Amino acid sequence: MESSAGRFETNARAALATPTLQAALAKLADGFPARRLEAAERLPEFEELRDAACAIKEHVLDHLDVYLETFERRVAANGGEVHWCRDAEEARRTILDICRRVDARTVTKSKTMIGEEIAINDYLERHGIRPVETDLGEYIIQLRREPPSHIIAPAIHLSLAQVAETFRGSHADLPPERKLNEPDALLAEARAKLRPDFLAADVGITGANMLIAETGGNVLVTNEGNADLTHTLPRVHIVIASIEKIVPTLEDATVILRVLARSATGQDITVYTSFCSGPRRPGDLDGPDEYHVILLDNGRARLLEGEFRDMLRCIRCGACLNHCPVYRAVGGHAYGWVYSGPMGAVLIPALIGMHEARHLPNASTLCGRCESVCPMRIPLPRMLRAWREQLHRERRGSFLARLGFSAWASVASRPGLYHAIMAPLIRALGNLAGAGRSFRRLPFLGGWTAARDFPAPEGETFMTLWAEAERKRKPYADLRVSCEGTPTDVKGARP
Amino acid sequence: MSRASRQAMLADIRRACAPRRGKSGIAEVEARLAAHAPGPVPARARIEREGQIALFTAEAERVQANVVRVKRLSDVPGAVAQYLARHNIEPRLKCAPDSLLRSVPWAQHSALEVAEGKGERDDPVGVTGAFAAVAETGTLVLASGPASPTTLALVPPVHVAVVPTSRLLGTYEEAWAALRARETGPGKDFVMPRAVNWITGPSRTADIEQTLLLGAHGPQRLFIVLVDEENAQP
Repeated sequence: MESSAGRFETNARAALATPTLQAALAKLADGFPARRLEAAERLPEFEELRDAACAIKEHVLDHLDVYLETFERRVAANGGEVHWCRDAEEARRTILDICRRVDARTVTKSKTMIGEEIAINDYLERHGIRPVETDLGEYIIQLRREPPSHIIAPAIHLSLAQVAETFRGSHADLPPERKLNEPDALLAEARAKLRPDFLAADVGITGANMLIAETGGNVLVTNEGNADLTHTLPRVHIVIASIEKIVPTLEDATVILRVLARSATGQDITVYTSFCSGPRRPGDLDGPDEYHVILLDNGRARLLEGEFRDMLRCIRCGACLNHCPVYRAVGGHAYGWVYSGPMGAVLIPALIGMHEARHLPNASTLCGRCESVCPMRIPLPRMLRAWREQLHRERRGSFLARLGFSAWASVASRPGLYHAIMAPLIRALGNLAGAGRSFRRLPFLGGWTAARDFPAPEGETFMTLWAEAERKRKPYADLRVSCEGTPTDVKGARP
Repeated sequence: MSRASRQAMLADIRRACAPRRGKSGIAEVEARLAAHAPGPVPARARIEREGQIALFTAEAERVQANVVRVKRLSDVPGAVAQYLARHNIEPRLKCAPDSLLRSVPWAQHSALEVAEGKGERDDPVGVTGAFAAVAETGTLVLASGPASPTTLALVPPVHVAVVPTSRLLGTYEEAWAALRARETGPGKDFVMPRAVNWITGPSRTADIEQTLLLGAHGPQRLFIVLVDEENAQP
């Protein structure tokens, strides 16, 4: 997919000025986090399951080569085939080759983020094959030729009226005077439109929520049932998955499934959780004749070493998006590529390069909510900081900003100097603010005060207060203050 | 092309993995696969039988499935006919060619029209058994096979599942254990059926303004008939 991540600032400004998007994001912020919390509280073992899920992925990442080879052998034993693809181009070509060999005209698709990553729809279309997205949200945005704006709710940015308008424009064969002002009517129309495609499709392409080494199969979760129709009805099932999706056994997959839906939508489990393991067996009345797995690297093996390794635990639940104040302000499209929110801000620079994605690691307040809700306990704020450090080291960003950071670093790492500067500054600012207790404008802080007031410091600094208290309470005079805890050190904390 | 890519990808991965583990890498993986040990299992489903039946019913109803419990297989046609009539659904059943469903005396109920096969476009009602039912979340476990086509639970707008209460289990792990036992034998390694489907409630979507709607692509209604009678073989 083409990226517009380099224009994050412009994208974000446009998003803030779009009322339909803002209404949708407000609804998202009310819904998902509360439902997640409720689901987590209904399951006393939830935190223990998060730990277990993390441990499974850590074990897999240490033995990824062995698991992938095992997986490949089991797929072959079931009568399927694994295709190893280093990058998007190779994956696209492999998929096209399979489609051409079986003379495919129509390909049904069940929502896959890897499919977005390799932009398979455009590619198939260019080669005369018709891809049809079957997840309702994904179908809507395919008609609108838009990318998804959320990992699990791709059309979250649209209003009912926008969907109705899209259907009127795209379903030109239906009577124009039909009523489309209820969600039910839109769903019925999409269902009726997609049914013939499900039955006519030659190839079904799905993603994989997981690959299971033990069984040589894949796991798919949906609420609509579209993935099941996609892998069951056509002659050929193609699974596209990245290498880190693998888990050892059915029991391991089960652990992860117990945290996945709860973290994503707040459901205990999705309506459909399917374990596909190869083509149809002798005597089966349905199921595909061929089963292919496209195993995609696309930059992931590189992440196994180094500070972004933890990102490979991600199970794409979307909890970090739902809880992120920045995502909730600007939505997914502002991030400019397939992924968004905190996981996107970490992953996108790794996959498409830091130059294009340079704004994304800064699109965070580092408040830490993402890490606290991440079922896989991925230290997203730490990784965002790591990207920021890299940006600084590579001398990207404005000269003034880098100068500011360097100056800040040299002051902040010298407590005496820091205190000597901050104490009078804080006092002066406090006095200056007067009755309003905040600044509408401050020199050098135009970026901040353009959109909000700058709160004025109140009273003395912590260090001054502490020193005073120390003087009053002699017995504790020797106590040293340690300020080493980091604000993101909130493992297991609930929002 | 794929062969060279395979070598290159594995080499990259191996380089990153090797320093993080001992020489026992392969042995460790094999041991783990052989053990397939369960993770933390929710306590809520580890209860006695009647409690599990109550939990299954409550959890399934929580996600908009309809559940009824009957004593004998001969009670099933009446329960199904009544359900279809109440919801104004054409009483034409497409049944899985399954020994349990064959032992249901459908003919007792003259209103019901019954055929066997896979689920197809114009079938109003698909009727299946279930390999297991999991109390933990009110989930049906269907395992595909000649007697259990996947499409019956997906293509028709109504799915009726007839499940002996003896197939009711507490947790997903118990269902895996039962499946391993069924699919493993002397000289036969465990092989998964083509598709295992966990089904928890009828199909739904919230993709339009986050409004919950039932019946997206799969069935709009899921009717589960729990049967106490034990005479059917899986």
